[in-house]
Amino acid sequence: MKVTVLVRPKQGILDPQGEAVQGSLRKLGFAVGGARVGRLVDLEVEAADAQEAKAQVERMCQELLANPLIESFEVEVEET
Amino acid sequence: MSIRPRIAVVVFPGSNDDRDAAWALGALGADAQLVWHAEEALPRDTAAVVLPGGFSYGDYLRCGALARFAPVLDAVRELAAAGGPVLGICNGFQILCEAGLLPGVLRRNRAPELVCRDVRLRAERTDTVFTARCAEGQELTIPVKHGEGAWYADEELYAELDAAGQLVLRYAEDCNGSVGDVAGVCNEARNVFGLMPHPEHAVDPLLGSGDGALLLAALVDAARERSLTLA
Repeated sequence: MKVTVLVRPKQGILDPQGEAVQGSLRKLGFAVGGARVGRLVDLEVEAADAQEAKAQVERMCQELLANPLIESFEVEVEET
Repeated sequence: MSIRPRIAVVVFPGSNDDRDAAWALGALGADAQLVWHAEEALPRDTAAVVLPGGFSYGDYLRCGALARFAPVLDAVRELAAAGGPVLGICNGFQILCEAGLLPGVLRRNRAPELVCRDVRLRAERTDTVFTARCAEGQELTIPVKHGEGAWYADEELYAELDAAGQLVLRYAEDCNGSVGDVAGVCNEARNVFGLMPHPEHAVDPLLGSGDGALLLAALVDAARERSLTLA
């Protein structure tokens, strides 16, 4: 089952990388009011159904893929 | 006593300050041994461990995040649980935080740049084996070189650590946007300590400062004492 994980800097957490990207986009002439840079992880997971896959991947996020102190995550299971 | 206590310096793929750390510890009277990350045990009679600076596992995922799965880390955890001193420098600090042996996390510096210069630090606490040779409030000059060295804890955790006296070292001036200007943190038991500055690069005034030797020599003292009790 294909699962996509989106990891983002938590709301309220300073994101210097996003700020630098925003500044560069503005230099290119784009009217960008904000940019936050996170990470995307595509996974191929063995699970009986989407619910089980989601539960598994949420555990992966808590244990490794995200650092809960500074990052939030979102899990999307691709329905086939 | 003049025994040379054995201190293991763990080498991960991507470590790059391992030999400087081993050299400095050797110059300060330790028997420093480089230990490859894939080892499952520490050398016999290891009294203390140093996790050096660098880019373990290429900084993949997050700095220090993957090193906690290194086989040798279980042995390091055991030594720490038994009260043995464990020091994490720079990437070693990141590893200790990610492994849950130290509180908080190191994130990207506030300014989008790698900070590489001598910084002034203040020893806030001297009741750790790492700062035992410092006077309270003593200023130290030690270099930093990192892009992801801003230590972070939320307000609640910060207050808790501050009250418990675990915020051992602070930058005397803003360095990287670290919360509370914290440069070094210890665990509750005070035998595990991590810092972003590099004491191993400041053990000889010829290199600009000898202040790093104060921290490393204190670690050697503690390792020596531990060797004698273990023997």
